[in-house]
Amino acid sequence: MQSETKSRVDQITSPAGQPVTVLRFEGDIASTSKAAVLGTYQALPKSEVKLLLLDFTKVDYINSSGIAVIIQLLIEAAGAGQKVSAFGLSAHFNKVFTMVGITKYAGLFPTQVEALASL
Amino acid sequence: MSGKKSTTVEVRLPTRLGFEKVAMATASSVAKLMGFPDDRVEDLKTAVAEACINAIEHGNSLNEKLSVGVVLSAGTDELEVKVIDDGTGIKHQPAKPDIDRKMHGEEDPRGMGMFLIQALVDEAEWVAGTDGKSSYVRLVIKLDKGA
Repeated sequence: MQSETKSRVDQITSPAGQPVTVLRFEGDIASTSKAAVLGTYQALPKSEVKLLLLDFTKVDYINSSGIAVIIQLLIEAAGAGQKVSAFGLSAHFNKVFTMVGITKYAGLFPTQVEALASL
Repeated sequence: MSGKKSTTVEVRLPTRLGFEKVAMATASSVAKLMGFPDDRVEDLKTAVAEACINAIEHGNSLNEKLSVGVVLSAGTDELEVKVIDDGTGIKHQPAKPDIDRKMHGEEDPRGMGMFLIQALVDEAEWVAGTDGKSSYVRLVIKLDKGA
C-alpha cells in the first residue's frame, strides 16, 4: 500500500561556486524508505560531499517512521561534518519537521533556489 | 453534513502498514464535508495515520489475523476519531521527543507518533480496554480551531 520511495542523486553548484549534492526523493517516506533514503546517502563518497540538499518536492506522505529515517541521515551527516538543508516540503510537513526540531540541524526552504542561496 | 445529529463512518483496516492511508483518506473526506480548512485536514490526516500505525505495530503487534477499527463521528462543530486495536493499551505516555538527544544517539530516532498526535489535534486520549483488549485512542479536532 505504501508507494515505493525513489531517490536520485544530482550534483550541482551553489551560487558561491561550491559543489552541492542533491538527494531527490519521490513517493512516500516511511519505515520502508530506509534503503532509498539512508542507503542512497551512505553510497555517497563522504569525503567529497560537504553540502547536501534534500529535495522533498515529489514526496506526498511522510510519517513518524520516515522522519526517523531522515534523522538517522542527519546524524550521519553531522558526524561527517556535512551541512544539510531541505526544500520542497509542503506547508504541513514544514510544520511537522519544525515541531520535532529538525530545523535545528537542517534548514528548511521552499525551493531549491532559496536552499542554494543559503549555503 | 448540517444538523445537530452526529454522523458516524466506520472503517476496518487490515493490520498491515500502509493501510493507514485508507483511514487518512476517509478522515480527510469527512473533515472536508464538515468544512474544515485545508491545514486542519492535513493535521488530522497525520494524527490519524500515526494512531493507525501505532495500532498496527504496537496494539496488534503486526498480527495480520487482527484488524484495526476506525470510527469517525462527525458532530456539528467537531470530529471525533477512535482508532481501536486488540492491544492492552499503553502503560505510560512516552517522554516528549528531544531532537538533541536523538542526534547524539541518546534516544531512539523513532517514537514521535504520540507526540505528533497530541500536537496536531485538540484532544487526544488513550484508553485501555477493560477486557485486556479493544484499547483505543480517541482524537478530537474542533471546527472553529484556526478558522
